[in-house]
Amino acid sequence: MKRVGLNGNYATAYAVKMADVDVVAAYPITPQTAIVEKLSEFVANGELDAEYINVESEHSAISACVGASLTGARVFTATSAQGLAYMHEVLFMASALRTPIVMANVNRALSAPLNIWNDHSDAMAERDSGWIQLWATNAQEAFDVTVEAFRIAEDESVQLPVMVNFDGYLVSHTYEPVMLPDDKEVKDYIPSRPMANRLSPKLAYSTGVVGPPEYYYEMKYQAIDAMERSRQRIREIDAEFNSRFGKNYGCIQTYLMDDADYAMIIMGSLTGTAKVVADALRARGEKAGVVSVRWFRPFPGEELSKALKGIKGVGVVDRAVTPGGPSSPLFTDVASALYQTGERPVLQGFVAGLGGRDVSTAEFEMMFRTIKEAMNECRARPSIYVGLRG
Amino acid sequence: MSKQKLKSWKEIPMGGTVTEPGSSVQFDVQSWRTFRPVQDKKRCTKCGMCWIFCPEGAIKKNADGTFDIDLTYCKGCGICNRACAVKAITMVKERTQ
Amino acid sequence: MQGEAQHIRRVEGVKRKMSTVYRSIKELPAEEYLAPGHRLCAGCTAATAIRQILKAAGENTVVVSATGCVEVATSFFPQSAWRVPWVHIAFENAAAVASGIESAMKALYRKRKTQERINVIALGGDGGTFDIGLQALSGAMERGQDFLYICYDNEAYMNTGIQRSSATPCYAATTTCPPGKLSEGQKTEKKDLVAIALAHNIPYAATACPSYPIDLMNKVRKGLDVEGPALLHVLTPCPTGWRFDIDLGIDIGRLAVMTGLWPLYEAVNGVTRLTVPVPRREPVSRYLGGQGRFKHLKEEDVAAIQKRSDLLAAKFGLGPVRS
Repeated sequence: MKRVGLNGNYATAYAVKMADVDVVAAYPITPQTAIVEKLSEFVANGELDAEYINVESEHSAISACVGASLTGARVFTATSAQGLAYMHEVLFMASALRTPIVMANVNRALSAPLNIWNDHSDAMAERDSGWIQLWATNAQEAFDVTVEAFRIAEDESVQLPVMVNFDGYLVSHTYEPVMLPDDKEVKDYIPSRPMANRLSPKLAYSTGVVGPPEYYYEMKYQAIDAMERSRQRIREIDAEFNSRFGKNYGCIQTYLMDDADYAMIIMGSLTGTAKVVADALRARGEKAGVVSVRWFRPFPGEELSKALKGIKGVGVVDRAVTPGGPSSPLFTDVASALYQTGERPVLQGFVAGLGGRDVSTAEFEMMFRTIKEAMNECRARPSIYVGLRG
Repeated sequence: MSKQKLKSWKEIPMGGTVTEPGSSVQFDVQSWRTFRPVQDKKRCTKCGMCWIFCPEGAIKKNADGTFDIDLTYCKGCGICNRACAVKAITMVKERTQ
Repeated sequence: MQGEAQHIRRVEGVKRKMSTVYRSIKELPAEEYLAPGHRLCAGCTAATAIRQILKAAGENTVVVSATGCVEVATSFFPQSAWRVPWVHIAFENAAAVASGIESAMKALYRKRKTQERINVIALGGDGGTFDIGLQALSGAMERGQDFLYICYDNEAYMNTGIQRSSATPCYAATTTCPPGKLSEGQKTEKKDLVAIALAHNIPYAATACPSYPIDLMNKVRKGLDVEGPALLHVLTPCPTGWRFDIDLGIDIGRLAVMTGLWPLYEAVNGVTRLTVPVPRREPVSRYLGGQGRFKHLKEEDVAAIQKRSDLLAAKFGLGPVRS
């Protein structure tokens, strides 16, 4: 174990290096570019033995990854916002064709207007793509989740691509102390074993065929089933990671929830601010709690419901919007999960931090206060757009 | 085409992959024909033009250099008839059922 | 017998030099790597071209298809006409997918020696190459990826019902550039794909036509042989879209070459050489007259097309028009 000052981007690059990937498809986009830059240094110096493809667009980046993955190679690419959106059609193909690609998505707001700063609109736009979506809230987690991602993706019963999300600038560019395990420890955890070559002349398989109406449904269901079954495997893989590397990761992260009266559900790096404010509230006798969602797909509905059992007031902080929808993406999934398990707290929605807008501790105090008030009045207010001028 | 029982989602290979190369041989295309090629093997010079131009690969090359048109796979396009310089292939209208 | 697959020996992939140069039809390999029973139209010369291409490439070949006629008609689950490993991902990315495959094979061979490199062929129609696929093709060529890109050109988006592409020749009728009171069909001349490819400094590029099988198959082998990107632009006349009888596809391909409109040449390291000489050109009217997509042409349109043939003749050293 080594303690190194790294930002989220570099931490991810180190994880990919230690994972000994075979192919990297690289295209620059702020704020992920440093990941592919660091990887190109590793390759140029012989520290990572991989074919580094300087693709000419993100669509080609993910296409090259799909092709490479089908030969049994371990592959990686990274992107953000517009790049992820450009990959959109191929994301659905990657999951349906069961390619275990690992991709870092450094969360950035989707244009228009052009905005290079952080929000979750890019990942939310791909929630139906069939990718496993995991969320890291700091540089250490960016490293850890990326390492796990290879294990999860390549697991024989999973075989689904994994998107590792972390906030642009807030995590990608902020230096923190990161505990890096030894190379050997990581290679033991995610050994480079030969994976099936689905393009072998010995087999002469045809992949990516036409699936007419009498077959499309069943073929799509395979991927749905794989995503459902992945819950158990990801739980087991988290547990193994925790025991090997001394962590405590799960599908959600609970903070001060044991005796909480009211709680805030949140995703991404704002988790940190929420915890700081929850501490301050506790010091004043307020029983606030925080639940940070770590798995977004598959969505941990049951675990979330369990964590919220008996809690009468819950707020959900979204960093993305669904114009015209009944609520914003995270709120919608939370509400749907709670409805299915029978939990009925007062559910208060917030939209905050769009386009990299800072969310202050004062605004978090306001949010917690609003959750408490809504709980006491037994009635949620319409979604609050935190910090909106006018 | 033989009526096959449709596979369940568990039976379909992962990702909808077709694991049997060339399984298109099970698909009936001969019913597409309006005309059918008829070979006159005595005229054939074994030049191979019919064989190399056939879009279907329905013409088999034998070890002795002769060619056999496999009507199972022939769509009746007539390219072989056009390609043959010595009129060893003629196109004959398929009989109606 | 229906359902009986051909027995084909399979070996682990090896990228080896293809030293054989075919000189006669008799030398051409007998194995069929495109199985019959595919759903391409009766008389489709693209099908003929694929058969020839795969014979030349052999069993140690992975084919990446772009969306289009060939892809859809050969891969209708649960049937596939391919007897080599085959993959289709999307419309515009055959060259990108091929890049990933090629790079992965390089990496895996170097790192683990568990599998050897095999031929990589990216196959796209004119729509998937000239238009939506041009970016990915350009990127793959610029990067020097080791693969052969083959464009089978039926001069329109045929799979979706004959819409124009940037490979549709001037004056041709398609459903999105129909002749009418105010229009004479396609307004612009088709792009020069080989010239675009050569602008990327690739070691090998060539034109071909299934009407000339030995020429086409030798070019496939040369393209696969070079280290780096190679491009083969194949004219594949389409009875459905060009409106001619289904038995005439090979003849029309021959006329395209003999009128000088489709010169068969290759460029080795940028140096061009005509591979099928045309000592006496047929007048273009012989080629145009047999195709319904040109039936609306006026005299001056035919003259303009004859001029194009004259320019190509001057460029490639083709003979005069026979009187």
